[in-house]
Amino acid sequence: MQLAAQVLQALAERNGLDTGLVDDVVLGCAQPVGEQGGNIGRAAVLAAGYEQSVAGQQVHRFCASALEAVNAAAAQVMTGASDAAIGGGVESMSRTVMGADSGAWSADPWFAYHNYFAPQGIGADMIATLDGFTREDVDDYAVESQRRAALAWQQGRFSKAVVPVRDLIGEVVLDRDEHMRPETTREGLAKLKPSFVGLGQMGFDAVGIQRYPQIETIQHVHHGGNSSGIVDGAGAVLVGNKSFGERAGLKPRARVKAFTSIGSEPTIMLTAPSAVTHKLLKRCGMSLKDIDLFEINEAFAAVVLRYIRALDLDPQKVNVNGGAIAMGHPLGATGAIILGIVLDELERRGLGTALITLCAGNGLGTATIIERV
Amino acid sequence: MKTLRLDVDADGIALITLEAPDKPMNVVSPQFIDDMIAAIERVAADASIKGAIITSAKPAFMAGADLKYILGIAGGALTLKQAYAFSQKPSVQMHRRLETCGKPFVAAINGLALGGGYELALACHHRVIVDDPKAVVGLPEVTVGLLPGSGGTQRLARMVGLEKAAALLLDGRSVPPTEALQLGMVDQVVPAAQLLSAARGWLLNSSNPVRAWDVKGYRSSNGLLNPTVVKVMSERPAQIAAQTRRNFPAPIAILDCLFQGLLLPFDKALQLESKHFARLLCDPVARNLIRTSFVNRGEASKLARRPRDVAKSAVTRLGVLGAGMMGSGIAYVAAQAGVEVVLLDSSLELAEKGKQYSVKLLDKAVERGKQSRDAADAILARIKPTTSYESLAGCELVIEAVFEDVGVKAEVTQRAEAVLGASAIFGSNTSTLPIGRLAEASSRPAQFIGLHFFSPVDRMPLVEVIVGASTSQETLAKSLDFVGQLRMTPIVVNDSRGFYTSRVFQTFIHEGMRMLEEGIEPARIENAAMAAGFPVGPLALLDEVTIELPWKIVQEAEAALGANFKRPCAYDVMRRMLHEIKRPGRRHGGGFYDYPKDAPKRLWPGLSAAFPPARKQPGVEELRDRLLYIQALETARCLEEGVITHPADADVGALLGWGFPAWTGGPLSFIETVGMEKFVAEAERMASTYGARFAPSDWLRARAEQGEAFYETALPRTAAA
Repeated sequence: MQLAAQVLQALAERNGLDTGLVDDVVLGCAQPVGEQGGNIGRAAVLAAGYEQSVAGQQVHRFCASALEAVNAAAAQVMTGASDAAIGGGVESMSRTVMGADSGAWSADPWFAYHNYFAPQGIGADMIATLDGFTREDVDDYAVESQRRAALAWQQGRFSKAVVPVRDLIGEVVLDRDEHMRPETTREGLAKLKPSFVGLGQMGFDAVGIQRYPQIETIQHVHHGGNSSGIVDGAGAVLVGNKSFGERAGLKPRARVKAFTSIGSEPTIMLTAPSAVTHKLLKRCGMSLKDIDLFEINEAFAAVVLRYIRALDLDPQKVNVNGGAIAMGHPLGATGAIILGIVLDELERRGLGTALITLCAGNGLGTATIIERV
Repeated sequence: MKTLRLDVDADGIALITLEAPDKPMNVVSPQFIDDMIAAIERVAADASIKGAIITSAKPAFMAGADLKYILGIAGGALTLKQAYAFSQKPSVQMHRRLETCGKPFVAAINGLALGGGYELALACHHRVIVDDPKAVVGLPEVTVGLLPGSGGTQRLARMVGLEKAAALLLDGRSVPPTEALQLGMVDQVVPAAQLLSAARGWLLNSSNPVRAWDVKGYRSSNGLLNPTVVKVMSERPAQIAAQTRRNFPAPIAILDCLFQGLLLPFDKALQLESKHFARLLCDPVARNLIRTSFVNRGEASKLARRPRDVAKSAVTRLGVLGAGMMGSGIAYVAAQAGVEVVLLDSSLELAEKGKQYSVKLLDKAVERGKQSRDAADAILARIKPTTSYESLAGCELVIEAVFEDVGVKAEVTQRAEAVLGASAIFGSNTSTLPIGRLAEASSRPAQFIGLHFFSPVDRMPLVEVIVGASTSQETLAKSLDFVGQLRMTPIVVNDSRGFYTSRVFQTFIHEGMRMLEEGIEPARIENAAMAAGFPVGPLALLDEVTIELPWKIVQEAEAALGANFKRPCAYDVMRRMLHEIKRPGRRHGGGFYDYPKDAPKRLWPGLSAAFPPARKQPGVEELRDRLLYIQALETARCLEEGVITHPADADVGALLGWGFPAWTGGPLSFIETVGMEKFVAEAERMASTYGARFAPSDWLRARAEQGEAFYETALPRTAAA
């Protein structure tokens, strides 16, 4: 809760914001149970000391929750339902257990069976198997993510974005990504054991092969070093219309140009980003060439590698400051965080347009295009 | 009341004794259900009765349902609504009424209580069981494609917890008393002499006619708020999918009963269970499993095809010619069954080597504590390796298992017959050579028969008994008696090239190779076979037997039949693999697969160059159907030609002989499962796409048109039956 509240406080403080001008706060959370349950959006609004008139809600689109929250905030503004709304997200993975919210998706046996449910790691390994990404390929990508993230931190590229978390007496308890391992080498990663062999043997490999019968054996290549890190985090994005900007005395940095979501095959689960990218570009009459930078959540290395291959992208335009493999993936917060990262980078490079996308549970994918103004 | 007695004693304790007339075991039958309901109502209504004990007058408490009765109503004889109504009588009017009638009931379990028997015990308010390890309890319904539909899933889960209940119900495991007590499946274990007094004691001193789940405020599960439930409910579906290949509907239905049922009030949970039960009862898979794997397999093991008017016989001394893999195996199973075995080969060294096969198996059995050293030595002493045909004197039966060559077989036949007594019979273990042709070497072809064992003999329970044109009924009867002595399962087929099992099995491996030639990805072919329920894919199987084997069969048939021989669809693949690519199989270093020393086998990467994959790949369902249809069609031809005389022999033989998927009930049951008309239509479509080998014969088409199934259809019954 403090993670979300302190981010909202920082957002108000930095911008000298009269919080009474904000209509709604939409927070993503991928495990809205326990202390993250009970509509953490509203709780965070009050804990942050916002005006009680500010509404709050929580959305769940698995890993894409925070991007969806930004999109929802933007939609409120676009439709005129709100003048200003905050979209963001929060996840404290150190204080919840992964899978704590379970759900019919994975644990209603009749549905899970007929939906060919398999955990995400199996899906990631299936992508690597189907596309022929070797252990070296995915490890190399992980090393590159670490290198880029380390360089970005070193050069202070995140300094405008990161907010320190403080304790009861105002001391800083957290002010940087603690998950990073800039010293990571290919040789070091090669020593790690693949993480999903056990789940595979339990029956999930067979489920995956039943869905993809062209696979002889699933190659388990993902491990802690080339998958997204399990971390805590929060992020928030303020979206408003012109009249709000004038009243608040704020100048917009970028506009949300378009966004959409899509569903794809749920067993492999993680292949929606390229499909949702195509869908979104088509909807707004754009092409891949119109996008200066791409930000795709590094759920697993193979997800990014498939995205680059499927869209035939220049790797130098994708996740240029590293991603969740190096810095971690607080499930329900990442969408807002990477939107902020890529906006900072557009400004730093003097570029115009970026596309942010995440794969999400049960085959979902969400994407947003932003443009600097 | 015909199946039970009800006696009331001076203390007002009713003793309900189960005693089905003319049956070795009490079973759940319509009569029993009526009787039990009457007994419950009497206990409920009679104010002088304080409570009741249910026990049995037979060694077992009660086995499950009468399978032959269930077979009559399974697999489409009833509508879903009728099947649901059918389940209500035992579930609601019997078990639930017993449980809620206000009088306490105790199950005094004097012997095994399985299926419906244990469900009855579960419905009682207290369970006392004898401390006899043979008095096992359990719910094995899953093995016949059903679930315990009278509250068994609900009561067990509420008593032992969801995780243990899932394991017990999905494995269908029987549990001995001590473990049952630990698990909470029973409440008391006592010596047999104290069974009834313990039951009476509970009734008189501490009885309570209200179950925990009927107390207000009871809650059985927090559903997915409980991490254990989450674990079971997310992992089990994958295990079930992996194990059943999604071909068996019962396991996932059982899991759903546990998941949903524990979130519902008890009576609603019973309805849910009954609805799942109704779906399973109407599903052809339950009928297939009961009919082939239980009823007809049992009948075959009881020698259903034995000519009745021939006197019962037994083999005391068996001759086995050829101490190779098959001969050694036959010697082993015969010695196990108490038969003296003369194991003959061309050198004593070879004969001794054949006996070593038994030595190894028995040493292992002794090591694992499954056999005593003395018993093992006694078995070994029965096997006498020799090179002398004179030793065959006194054998009632000689089985030759020599090289598959007509000339070699003729020679050993004649040499053996020269020393055999007048009544002795001669069996050939050939897998493909026509028995009529082999019998030409015999001086008494009426006493010549085919006895086709499967490899490894000690693990494959089937014997394909092949009746030649001259084979007498007496020879057949004696042969079947021998198979019975071995406690193996015979099917009887008439002479034809490849007989039944080899002939149909070949279509499976040929079709798999043909797919490869068509450009279908090899992993997809193998996975399609697994999806159908075969234990291994056709390409892996070919690697094990080597392509030389089916190739040789084709060469022999071509030599024998000349212009009349039609080359199989995979002729060219076999020729290329053998003579161009030179990868005959595992034994020769590799075939369709590579066999690295330090890693599991994997498909040979060169396959994609040798058989380039097509750009468009068919769905796995189409491939799976092809593999099943081609075998079903060949089996139908065997029935049409009279190679097979009884559908049950075809189906039992396919399951036991080459692992044809059990859920289908066998190739003929598979046709009935699809539906005769739909099968013929689909076969015609496949014939136009893949070739004439899929064309249904006029005979089959006519049967489909007339709706003439292979098996007698179940008599239509009303739901009240």
